[in-house]
Amino acid sequence: MALKLPIYMDHAATTPCDPRVVEAMLPFFTEKFGNAGSRNHRFGWEAEEGVDAARQHAAALIGADEKCIIFTSGSTESNNLAIKGAAYMYEKAPAGSRSRGHIVSCIIEHKAVLDPVKRLVKEGFDATFIEPPSDGVITADMVKAAMRDDTILVTIMWANNEIGTVNEVRQIGALCKQRGVLFHTDATQWTGKMPVNVDADNIDLLSWSGHKIYGPKGVGALYVRRQRPRVRLQSLLDGGGQERGFRSGTLNVPGIVGFGKACEIAKAEMHRDAERLSHLRHRLETEITARLDSCAINGHREKRLPHITNISFGFVEGEGLMMAVKNIACSSGSACTSASLEPSYVLKGLGVGDELAHSSLRLSLGRWTTDEQIDYAIEEISKAVKKLRTMSPLYDMHKEGIDLSKVEWAHH
Amino acid sequence: MAYGPKIIDHYENPRNVGNFGTQEQMKSDTRIGVGLVGAPECGDVMQLSIKVDPATGRIQDAKFKTFGCGSAIASSSLATEWLKGKTLDEGLAIRNTQIVEELALPPVKIHCSVLAEDAIKAAISDYRAKNGLPAETQAAAH
Repeated sequence: MALKLPIYMDHAATTPCDPRVVEAMLPFFTEKFGNAGSRNHRFGWEAEEGVDAARQHAAALIGADEKCIIFTSGSTESNNLAIKGAAYMYEKAPAGSRSRGHIVSCIIEHKAVLDPVKRLVKEGFDATFIEPPSDGVITADMVKAAMRDDTILVTIMWANNEIGTVNEVRQIGALCKQRGVLFHTDATQWTGKMPVNVDADNIDLLSWSGHKIYGPKGVGALYVRRQRPRVRLQSLLDGGGQERGFRSGTLNVPGIVGFGKACEIAKAEMHRDAERLSHLRHRLETEITARLDSCAINGHREKRLPHITNISFGFVEGEGLMMAVKNIACSSGSACTSASLEPSYVLKGLGVGDELAHSSLRLSLGRWTTDEQIDYAIEEISKAVKKLRTMSPLYDMHKEGIDLSKVEWAHH
Repeated sequence: MAYGPKIIDHYENPRNVGNFGTQEQMKSDTRIGVGLVGAPECGDVMQLSIKVDPATGRIQDAKFKTFGCGSAIASSSLATEWLKGKTLDEGLAIRNTQIVEELALPPVKIHCSVLAEDAIKAAISDYRAKNGLPAETQAAAH
């Protein structure tokens, strides 16, 4: 069968909806269109049944009680609610004062965590952003070293979106529990791909999104622990008091139903998907690095999600490379598309040199990635890197034995 | 980002890729001028080399090597095409805005054309310095 182009290798950005998810959602747009808050008629009851079932599937995916699930518009909202909601609720001093409480995070978090924390800092909270080692893995010891007596919240992602590295979540959670500090994890890339048990993993607050797990966009969830301890949050949206007052607003019933279905499928199929994808990724990485010199795989080689790879191709610029492999949809740490000229802050955060950060591609595989697509990607990427290197002044200098770090560049 | 057809053409079929020997060889040849601009950490490096006919003072040949995005490659490819056959002063008159216009570069890519203009200037000034010529003649001054 002929390979259908372009091929999609950007599943860490978003995933296609599983057809089973779409099928589950459809009735909730038309015949079961009711408001889940309408308690007095069949339309409302049907919608509520759909939401209840989804809540059970979401809870089951992470080993939680269904009462702990708050539906949101996605991980950005879940992160904002968890971080700001907890900070305002557990503040040590009221608004307008300084030293309202200390938050521990990390410099390679997603912007949807970094920016809420930075806003809190402007509002009188303190924060420590841990700098990861070059393998990208945040350990409990690093968190311990960053904690203070006035620490009220630790927010550390489960797995990184650019390089797929996995942090020591369970151990960080245990540390937080022992210190009586709340622990939030942005588990957007992890949940639905790898197993979660909020009790065994010592998690108080956990964010995830539908569209990363073959569900619809615009829907996600926040897990909020109800026992040992009972976590309280100040709501960010005020109104009708839906979602136990944590998140007002008419429920996005079709989206939530789709999210629930995506969680149900993920729970049943994640192990099979992960095993298959880790083989495909292994082949992709070994073949590419066998064909090309001066490549580096970014992030810890073992403590990684099975479906993401981030490779720096020395002496080749990432956006130029993406243009050369235009039939492979992927992303680059090069920021050449933005006006800032700043490459990926995640790769820079690992201490990857700026030029290698500009030279990186992130390929993320998914449920429908095939062997043939991997073959194609190996061929095309190798060919493109070789072609661009024939055009690269840096590759010439490297071949001539010139140390690029010693060259005096005309910065502009 | 969707690129215009001219950028894609220059990117996919770059004109005049290469240089006139190794860095050392180019340095010792008085007919050659080399401009190396940009920096790896900024994501763009252009090396533009010109070979000047000493008898006529015209640019006989021009080559480039570029580390950068599609627009950077296209801008330098276009620059080499335009330089061939020109006098040094005519070469110096090339403006980045002309490159922007010819390739229909999007606003976020204007710095690529600026870099190409810088590369042209650097190559010509390298040639002039090597041959003891004044940096800029009266005709090109403005």
